[in-house]
Amino acid sequence: MSIILRTEKLRVEYPGGKMRQPAKVALQGLNLQVTQGEVFGFLGPNGAGKTTTMNVLLGFIPPTSGSAALFGIDVRQPIARQRIGYLPELTYYYKFLTAEELLRFYAKLFGLPRSETDLRIKKLIALVELEHAARRPIKTYSKGMRQRVGLAQALINNPDLLILDEPTSGLDPLGRMKVREIIQRLKNEGKTVFFSSHEMGEVETVCDHVAILHQGELKATGVVADLVAKYHANNLEQVFLKIVGYQPQEVA
Amino acid sequence: MSRIWAVAMVVIKELYRRKDFYVLFVLTALLTLGALSVNFFDDPKIIRYVKDICLLLIWLSTLIIAIVTTARQLPAEREDRTIFPLLAKPVSRGQVIAGKFLGCWLASGLALLVFYVFFVAVTGLREPHLMWGAYVKSMFLHWMMLAMVVGLTLLGSVIFTAVSSNVTICLVAIFGILFIGEHLAKLAVKQAEPVRAITYTLFYCIPHIELFDVRRQIVNDQPLPGWLDCGLASLYAAAYAGVLLYATWLLFRRKSLST
Repeated sequence: MSIILRTEKLRVEYPGGKMRQPAKVALQGLNLQVTQGEVFGFLGPNGAGKTTTMNVLLGFIPPTSGSAALFGIDVRQPIARQRIGYLPELTYYYKFLTAEELLRFYAKLFGLPRSETDLRIKKLIALVELEHAARRPIKTYSKGMRQRVGLAQALINNPDLLILDEPTSGLDPLGRMKVREIIQRLKNEGKTVFFSSHEMGEVETVCDHVAILHQGELKATGVVADLVAKYHANNLEQVFLKIVGYQPQEVA
Repeated sequence: MSRIWAVAMVVIKELYRRKDFYVLFVLTALLTLGALSVNFFDDPKIIRYVKDICLLLIWLSTLIIAIVTTARQLPAEREDRTIFPLLAKPVSRGQVIAGKFLGCWLASGLALLVFYVFFVAVTGLREPHLMWGAYVKSMFLHWMMLAMVVGLTLLGSVIFTAVSSNVTICLVAIFGILFIGEHLAKLAVKQAEPVRAITYTLFYCIPHIELFDVRRQIVNDQPLPGWLDCGLASLYAAAYAGVLLYATWLLFRRKSLST
């Protein structure tokens, strides 16, 4: 199996404020490997460094040291993003565009030919069940509909790697189920999915491998069942809580 | 180039789906038609005043459209977080800047075309012979001038956090250049050092957008610069816009995307 995503000794520091505060270390020495066809869950409490890792992988911020590559290409090269799809958490798309226009715009950025674009738009609009609203401006969409447009745009280039940042955040149970179905379908098609989530049950259901990050450091990585056994836990949630050092307080 | 063009097309769609352009156009049309309907002192050359008013309103409106449209592009991408899915595609920050510039410039050009069509229609009501060549040259020079305005505003949008600050500063700078730009050299002669050197430096550094203003010639039926001069003026505008875009890219390539 080829390595699709790799980070080596990845370190990211955010500069201190104007008051000469010390730099904040968001990631320290992160080593990750995601192989082809895996569904990889990226877990951690808020502020653990998950979004920073994704920001580096997507070329939004440069690493302070270390390296990150997608398909063997340095993430700082725009071409590294040719074969990926990205769904950000709670993003507002261009409100004055319709879903069809938005997908057409992103297809142009990938250099897709018009005939192929038409076919993909039709297929994706059907996949995310937005046929009835495809020609309405996005500003008229509900939160769930916007997230579904987001999923469609992430798939417009038929990506080999899908990076999802909390894809089910803010969705109702039906919406969550739909997203899980899509992830499962992509997995069956041999696609690689890298996603962050706070929903442990969801991660346990769909992921082959997980990595748990805490305070910028990789604390554990491996197959879910192996981690559960290693930490003498009943499920992934207990593993997660043990790793982040959660101590339940007694209720008076 | 197709990626730059794709980004530009989104900017153009934004312009014609927002109300700004329509409001300014209706306002210009109402004021011009109002002026046309009044006949002061039975002056047979009243059309000159109408042309003057209409061209002034066109200049004001297109400057406002160009500045406001450009100023909100990059801040809106960051505030609405649309910059993230955009840059997650195989598109560089340089291409985003180039696309935004092209989109704003073309959008301003389209708005300008609509305004000039109206101007020609109004003029045609009172003048038997239209100066087509002069109008085309005037619009062309106006559009070239807008390239510098768009470049300047785009640079401002990566420097100033608030859109309103950028719009205000750009409007003040542009109107400042329009009113006193050409007089700076004369002013410098009368100054003592080091004010003279500073004034001269300012004179040579600012984009002389007043050179592209041929309203006076249009209103007074005077000859306009030849096409060779228009070509040279275009090169001047292209050089300035290029420098401004390069500076914008230098600042934007390292800029944090979070708000």
